[in-house]
Amino acid sequence: MNSATNVGGRRGKRMISLLFSAGCLMATMLCLMMLLVLLWSVISEGAAWLNWDFLNNFLSRHPEKAGIKSALAGSLWLTAFTALFSLPLGIGAAVYLEEYAANSWWRKMIQLNISNLAGVPSIVYGILGLGLFVQTFALGRSVISGALTLSLVVLPIIILTTQEALRGVPDSIRHASYALGATRWQTVYCQVLPASLPGIMTGVILALSRAVGEAAPLVAVGALTWVTFVPSSPMDQFTSLPIQIFNWSARPRPEFHQIAGAAIMVLLLVLISMNTIAVFVRYKYGKRIRW
Amino acid sequence: MSAKTIDIPDSTSVKPEPLTGDQVMDVGDQTIEIDDPTFTQAPVVDRPNTVGASENTVTRIRTRDLSVFYGEVQALKNISLSVPQHRVTALIGPSGCGKSTFLRCLNRMNDMVDGVRIAGNVWLDDQDVYDTGTDVVELRKRVGMVFQKSNPFPKSIFDNVAYGPRLSGIRNRSELHQIVEHSLKRSALWNEVKERLSDSALQLSGGQQQRLCIARALATDPEILLMDEPASALDPASTARIENLIFELRDRYTIVIVTHNMQQAARVSDRTAFFYEGRMIEDGPTKQLFTTPAEKQTEDYITGRFG
Repeated sequence: MNSATNVGGRRGKRMISLLFSAGCLMATMLCLMMLLVLLWSVISEGAAWLNWDFLNNFLSRHPEKAGIKSALAGSLWLTAFTALFSLPLGIGAAVYLEEYAANSWWRKMIQLNISNLAGVPSIVYGILGLGLFVQTFALGRSVISGALTLSLVVLPIIILTTQEALRGVPDSIRHASYALGATRWQTVYCQVLPASLPGIMTGVILALSRAVGEAAPLVAVGALTWVTFVPSSPMDQFTSLPIQIFNWSARPRPEFHQIAGAAIMVLLLVLISMNTIAVFVRYKYGKRIRW
Repeated sequence: MSAKTIDIPDSTSVKPEPLTGDQVMDVGDQTIEIDDPTFTQAPVVDRPNTVGASENTVTRIRTRDLSVFYGEVQALKNISLSVPQHRVTALIGPSGCGKSTFLRCLNRMNDMVDGVRIAGNVWLDDQDVYDTGTDVVELRKRVGMVFQKSNPFPKSIFDNVAYGPRLSGIRNRSELHQIVEHSLKRSALWNEVKERLSDSALQLSGGQQQRLCIARALATDPEILLMDEPASALDPASTARIENLIFELRDRYTIVIVTHNMQQAARVSDRTAFFYEGRMIEDGPTKQLFTTPAEKQTEDYITGRFG
């Protein structure tokens, strides 16, 4: 009698285990399926429109003549300036927090706030950018305003990933450097930063790819959607790929939905290549260093 | 001879007393004449436990009542110890006895620990190491350090050794090369790596990495070399090489080595200090400490009754 319940219990446990793993597999498959459906719907609509003219034409009221030249150029300008603003600030802040700041309540408070900022919805940064850069600093609806706003969005990410990379450098390296008479600056510049560069690079590329894909903060800042020129200075008005996609997909004519699909393909291609570079950097340089 | 009973001539004066000119110090079988009248030196404690006058030598490092606190925990309790020039001084004792903490006070590496507090005095020659005016960077160039676990930089062999000289502003390629070759020869690594100086230091074996770290420390031309269990992570063959190396380096450098291996202390050191629970129980010539220890605790430790 006793042994019979035991066997029953064991069988029950095995069933639960089986069900659980099946459930996990289903969840994975569901995610994968949704991704595939999304990709399929985008490609089936957009692929026919994707050609050199599409990349090289400006906007047009006629879908067959419309292109993403200004949006692509705007995205490039934005990314370049976002990198320019956010890299020195983000890496500098991370170096300060990891290498200089004493472990005080002050540091802990900053740290907590940065972690919280990474979770703030990007539209909130957009509103801040509108008030601060566009209006208060009177930078207008320019590339600069957009890039500064996007910098706000990605700064917490860059700071956190850079900190992670710096923490990956063992203290024994710092001690060895100090013991040879290096100052803190020399230790950071000659040892810690080079050793953590692969990790920093990976984080930076992923953060910038987030910036490339953001639409909401730029809408708030007031990126135009009808730009038929390539920005020639940081003070020019601009549009970007996500905004162009948003604009086209909101139109009633189905052809515009199709060219939106083509633009999504371009955007995904850009993002995938950036992620590939990040993976490559981590793989190639990360492997050389074994602590 | 207990540390507690060492008689310090003038306990109120912490200022180094100048030596009179034309002093002659007996250093083994050679004599050093100091005829520089400006030469000053930290007060040297007269040690009755020093065997014979031939063991007398210039004291390079001297601590008095050195205490270290990590927060509320006192890791070192009133250590007074003198380190003689061109000798190997070994610090032995069980894990956590404070010997590494003591070593790291000598080049102020403990400064980097959060919440550390240091009381008492450390002199390097006539310089107060913990004086606010002391240039820590300069101090660490004079007092080199080798760590327990080999910690080469993830750079080439050449760049590892050249790091210290480069920090001092040496940029000339041939001069750097000369220093690197010289340092690697002294650490007995040159013949193994001379063909591959641009290879990554991380490709070297554990023993080679540790000798590379010694070469790196020698490249800044230090006077004192602190070694924190330099062979504890190595196999017996590599350990023997490091010990031979220490023996050779003794002629040029003043060495302080922390080890929990008593045989190693007996093999390589001239003087040994025994630490236990943050106190220095006893110090003296190595042979004497191992054969006729004055304190019961020392005897128990070296005969393997605890630790």
